[in-house]
Amino acid sequence: MAEVVVQVAPAWALLAALLTATVALGGAGLDGVLAARLGGRPARAGAATPITETARLLRQRRRTTLAADKPLWRIGVGGLGVVALLMVAVVPLGRWTLLDLPVGVVWFNAMDVMVWALVWLAGWGPNAVHSLVGGYRFLAQALAYELPLMFALTAPAVAAESLRLADVVAAQQGLWFVVWMPVAFGVYCLSVVGFSVWGPLAPAAGADIAGGVLSELSGPDRLLLLAGRYALLTAGAAFAVPMFLGGGAGPLLPGWAWVLIKTLLLVAALVAVRRRLPSLRPDRFVEVGWLVLLPAVLLQVLIVAVVAVMGG
Amino acid sequence: MLEAVVFWSLSTVAVAAGIAVFVVDSMARATYALAVSFVAVGLALLLVELDYVGLVTVLMMVMEMAVMAVYMIMFMGMNPALMPMSMVHGHRTAIVAGVGSFVLLAAGALLVPWPQRRSQPAPDATVALGDALMGSKMLVMMTVSPVMLATIIAGVTLASARTRYDRLGDDLDRRTPDDPQRGGVGR
Repeated sequence: MAEVVVQVAPAWALLAALLTATVALGGAGLDGVLAARLGGRPARAGAATPITETARLLRQRRRTTLAADKPLWRIGVGGLGVVALLMVAVVPLGRWTLLDLPVGVVWFNAMDVMVWALVWLAGWGPNAVHSLVGGYRFLAQALAYELPLMFALTAPAVAAESLRLADVVAAQQGLWFVVWMPVAFGVYCLSVVGFSVWGPLAPAAGADIAGGVLSELSGPDRLLLLAGRYALLTAGAAFAVPMFLGGGAGPLLPGWAWVLIKTLLLVAALVAVRRRLPSLRPDRFVEVGWLVLLPAVLLQVLIVAVVAVMGG
Repeated sequence: MLEAVVFWSLSTVAVAAGIAVFVVDSMARATYALAVSFVAVGLALLLVELDYVGLVTVLMMVMEMAVMAVYMIMFMGMNPALMPMSMVHGHRTAIVAGVGSFVLLAAGALLVPWPQRRSQPAPDATVALGDALMGSKMLVMMTVSPVMLATIIAGVTLASARTRYDRLGDDLDRRTPDDPQRGGVGR
């Protein structure tokens, strides 16, 4: 049964933003719980971390640095959340989508490249050493994950013979792409972790450089960047649902509910990864990206292309 | 109506950001002003339903500018945020060349008697583009790609100070290459 995806009025973008924020808040809450468990504190206090942190940061005074490039700094810090929302715009929520682009996959790709610029700008802005080192680290890391990510996005598009997300979902009626494209899915998830400056791929904000791009951020600015990271994680997980996890397919519940459930589960998995894997140094990760991930995902695309040609 | 508003706003942003490249006094601002200009052009392409070309323009240009900012700042060897610097050189020549080429291209666009469209536009421009690139022009593409790849490899080889003899010894028989920095896959 192929579901028809309809484009809804732009006003629904508010609901999309609200849903994204809610899922991101859930992710932040889960991270708080996991941190509290490690620290031996009660889980309930941990779950409230995002709320208390928001309250604390909103009241904090903004730190200023000498000769800071304020416009670029603010753009970099504030842009992450915006990019995350633009990513979510093409994700179909069951039957509805905000933006039914014929090239939705490329749209997502263009948005994730925006993160290159934004994180570097956030690092550049304050005119401070550690912050700038963080910005450069992110670019080095981005050079390692971006090409594997592009080919990981290519695999479902080749199998569906379309760059439109509704078609990609429809092509998974029989079998979810995650089942027969596990390598592409794995690389995709790693890249989401990468562009969200998260967990093992967060040396751009590493403790060894005093927080890197976060080092000079305080108050609402810091809140925006931290929230932007969770929003990117959420957007990445939400986009994986139509690409690899069958979109709204699932028993009993309606499509939109399954999209939300799958997104939540993937966000939870990505959040849980944070404290379980060691940090990957960008200079070493570049070689892993080009010598291991890229050939692996190219092989995956080859297999998918052969299957698509034979099946078609 | 809406389309016209969007087109003119994007065009204004593209031109204004293009001018900003030469007006601002820092490398980072000049680079990202150029990126904004390209993004506006890419989005304007969406208006003529060249979705794929438009989005790829945005994608490539932002990526390019992010990398270019690194090189520009690396070669300047200083922090332009602390030391403002002019973004123009060869001022007069550049103005003459720029204005001259703009007038030439604009005059061409306005004065050439464009032919009337005889066929219907393709229903899906992305498919049409893919067909054009991969169909009749496939031979050209397949010739151009290896040439481009060879050029890149040759350029890197010529620019690189260390050769395989530095890495693997005079007889190329060293088991692990002697690199100043260790890589990520156990070397």
